[in-house]
Amino acid sequence: MSSIVIQFLNGLAGASALFLVAAGLSLIFGVTRIVNFAHGSLYMLGIYIAYSAIGWASGSDGPGPMGFWGGVLVSAIAVGATGALTEMLLLRRIYGAPELFQLLATFGVVLVLKDFALWVWGPEDLLGPRAPGLQGSVAILGQAFPTYDLVLIAIGASVLCALWLLLRRTRWGMLVRAATQDREMVGALGVNQKWLFTAVFALGSALAGLGGALQIPREPAQLLLDLSVIADAFVVVVVGGMGSVPGAALAALIIAEIKSFCVGIGQLDVLGFTVSLPKLTLVVEFIVMAIVLVARPWGLLGRAPGPQRVFAGGHEQPLQPAVRSALLAILALLAAVPFIANGYTVVLLIDILVFALFAASLHFLMGPAGMASFGHAAYFGLGAYGAALLVKAAGFPMETALLSAPFVAAAGAALFGWFCVRLSGVYLAMLTLAFAQIAWSVVFQWDTFTGGSNGIVGVWPSPWLASGSAYYYVALTLCGCGIWLLRRIVLSPYGFALRAGRDSPLRCDAIGIDLVRMQWVAFIVAGTCAGLAGAIYAFSKGSISPETLSIPLSVDGLVMVLLGGVQTASGPVVGAALFTWLQDTVARNTDYWRALLGGIIIALVLLFPQGIVGFIRQRFGRSGSL
Amino acid sequence: MKTLGSILFSVGLVWLQVHAAPAVAQGTIKIGELNSYKVFAAFLQPYKKGWELALEEVNAEGGVLGRKLAIVSRDDNGNPGDAVRAAEELLSRENVSFLVGTFASHVGLAVADFAKQKKVLFIAAEPLTDKITWQNGNRYTFRLRASTYMQTAMLIPDAAKLNKKRWAIVYPNYEYGQSASAAFKALLKKNQPGVEFVTEQATPLGKIDAGAVTQALAEARPDAIFSSLFGADLARFVREGNTRGLFKGRAVFNLLGGEPEYLDPLKDETPKGWYVTGYPWYAIDTPEHNRFLNAYQKRYGDYPRLGSVVGYATVMSAVAAMKRAGSLDSEKLVAAMEGLQVDTPFGKITYRAQDHQSTMGAYVGRTASRNGRGVMDQFHYADGAKFMPSDAEVRSMRPRD
Repeated sequence: MSSIVIQFLNGLAGASALFLVAAGLSLIFGVTRIVNFAHGSLYMLGIYIAYSAIGWASGSDGPGPMGFWGGVLVSAIAVGATGALTEMLLLRRIYGAPELFQLLATFGVVLVLKDFALWVWGPEDLLGPRAPGLQGSVAILGQAFPTYDLVLIAIGASVLCALWLLLRRTRWGMLVRAATQDREMVGALGVNQKWLFTAVFALGSALAGLGGALQIPREPAQLLLDLSVIADAFVVVVVGGMGSVPGAALAALIIAEIKSFCVGIGQLDVLGFTVSLPKLTLVVEFIVMAIVLVARPWGLLGRAPGPQRVFAGGHEQPLQPAVRSALLAILALLAAVPFIANGYTVVLLIDILVFALFAASLHFLMGPAGMASFGHAAYFGLGAYGAALLVKAAGFPMETALLSAPFVAAAGAALFGWFCVRLSGVYLAMLTLAFAQIAWSVVFQWDTFTGGSNGIVGVWPSPWLASGSAYYYVALTLCGCGIWLLRRIVLSPYGFALRAGRDSPLRCDAIGIDLVRMQWVAFIVAGTCAGLAGAIYAFSKGSISPETLSIPLSVDGLVMVLLGGVQTASGPVVGAALFTWLQDTVARNTDYWRALLGGIIIALVLLFPQGIVGFIRQRFGRSGSL
Repeated sequence: MKTLGSILFSVGLVWLQVHAAPAVAQGTIKIGELNSYKVFAAFLQPYKKGWELALEEVNAEGGVLGRKLAIVSRDDNGNPGDAVRAAEELLSRENVSFLVGTFASHVGLAVADFAKQKKVLFIAAEPLTDKITWQNGNRYTFRLRASTYMQTAMLIPDAAKLNKKRWAIVYPNYEYGQSASAAFKALLKKNQPGVEFVTEQATPLGKIDAGAVTQALAEARPDAIFSSLFGADLARFVREGNTRGLFKGRAVFNLLGGEPEYLDPLKDETPKGWYVTGYPWYAIDTPEHNRFLNAYQKRYGDYPRLGSVVGYATVMSAVAAMKRAGSLDSEKLVAAMEGLQVDTPFGKITYRAQDHQSTMGAYVGRTASRNGRGVMDQFHYADGAKFMPSDAEVRSMRPRD
């Protein structure tokens, strides 16, 4: 009995910590619809600043209560100011850009802040002091429970109440709620959106900073916090329902309690099988998210978002003769590369081709089909693992494996897509993320079959393809065909139907198009192409690991598509080439390459708010659209 | 029109790749080094200082084979795919003679397999996975650090001596933690029949739910705990465990817990009397270590971490191999590496011919707190050569070349 109570309290403390991060994100997300990747970085900044502020205020025997809580407050304010500045200097300039484009800017901010923290605070973990007066534990039912955790629970509850009052009882809160439901209407009614957005950003960021600072007595400040927090925070926001603060609280509570009891129960014997529940904590929040979204498409306490009035999509046109010949010239040039360039160019071009196909397949979903995917790496990884396992476990010849592997990805896409296409917008995107993480965790855990965290090595091409240039031609042919096929499909009647569904689901329905089935097929097509990219990748590297299905690769895909321009078919190809090449070049030439890469991305975002190809098209007219 | 941009871009790309190839300084020997500098900065910044120091010393003495030595270093982003690309670049564009480095096990394994495919020497510096020299061992790959199995085995004598009956296990949920726990259980059972493992907690790497884990361990009422946590997970676990009294009256063993990288952040929180493997740089008194310590502190004004020793010893191994081979030919280098003896700050080590594992050991001792700092006390050097499986076992694990 006592253990259940204690684990419940552990869960409450965890929920409180989770809620503090997620509440700010939920506000920002609800009002501005920005997928703010930098929220985790702000949290990390919060814990670092608090560490320094408390250290600065400390005497020889540690911080006094004023020093400790003052430091926490300073940190929250400083992070809030950072968030407000980011909004004013960066995001405000790109609200007019296509949906999700702001994600790219915040990705740049993540890279910059990470290197900033490394530069200021150094690489070592920094364990801060305990809270003065709350160092010890209290006995609850005969078990020791940290006093600070009780305080943390109380703080979480107070912040929830304060936010609820702010949103329900003040004019500002009313505006925030109105903007969450329908921000264009709020704008039409004469509310100054700029300041509303800035204020929401400042408050949301301050909450992230507060959430980070309050963790000082519980965990060290370290450089990996940003990414480990951001996914969890998004899960909480989406499970709760975007923009719903009570929803975020409820979701944080459910997820933290489930985690806590998974750990508490330990091994479980079910029907003769031993299930290790603690291992489940790797992925449990994503399982919860998948279940909640399948059952409630707008989260636990969320509502269907207001109608979107901005016409988002562009359309593709058949190639003009001039463009067609230019394309052929590029192809000829690419085919000649092994004869004119050194060996490494070929290696780098294989990577670029693979990611171009990967980005093109993601673009197929995001552009013509109007479905953003945050978990596209799943299909890339399934293709890669499919290829490796067909060779290693099933004993297929390499050539057969390479060509069969995409069907593994297609099967995965068919399964996941069937659920995803029933949702829309960010909820759909988050469900793809949930499935991707579940697939990742299976691959990561299944040592005997997938090689677990080490992955599979020794996946090399057949001897006749072993030379770099031979394999390059294989990659060029397959990726070229894949990209060409995607484009053919966009221009086919099926592609028009997809676009119709994206631009006007109601009319589409009225004509009698089965939109859900169309979108499902789009998922399978995109998954197959991503799987092909993954299979080519596996054989070009000779090994694969769970990274090929992980969130960072999904994010890279998004970055490539957005960098090139989501409204153009050649955008993802250009974006993939640029991003891969930049990463390769920048990483080689500077120590703080992440900050430099982030800075370049931010600059590109400000210069080309439509993406690079989008910019070129806008600038030079629409002729010869590719 | 917008394809114009694409064309220009592609042309520019090819042009840059063709012309950006740096000029090779004549006569310099180049070694390719790759590591996850940004992902594991706490370990790898000192590591980099370590190899830079070694490089300077080697060149001050006139280099190797009458030529200057240069190290071309790349960041592998903690990702096997990027690592293989970086390795390709080092070989084909920088024309390095062979490869050294890597931190994470999966990256190390990927680069090892790449080295086998390209028939080029690879000295894995840090990855701990047993597989790199055993199950997935290959002709071209050698490993410096004591593996997970070896370091676990170093703790077994103390663990068996205590004769505790009920053990709880906590580990980060990936290959390193899994192998450490499996090796610990197997070896302890062999040394102490009748030992019982009452609970196991596998925690997500970097995201331990420390409160819940501590509570779950306490409830299993173990006499002793074996942990392979490190980094932020270890700090969280130690703090929760201290607050909740988990460690009171219990013996605790923590693999890697004495490495400055993971011990230093604990400061006054450092638990007393834990059995750990690590690197007590402040108390090792051997001529070879004193020389290294002085040189390092003089050069950087900072004390060395374990990473510094690994970086330093990696370069020293590479240099010794080149000297012995008298050549940069891969096959000759591999032959020279087998049975190669190298002087390191930990004393003389040997790269075993049978499995390409070095005998570099680790220091085993008890944690203590001194002036608000965590230190290792009552320690001794455990020579890696004494904590290997038998040759027959190695032969059955390791594939034939």
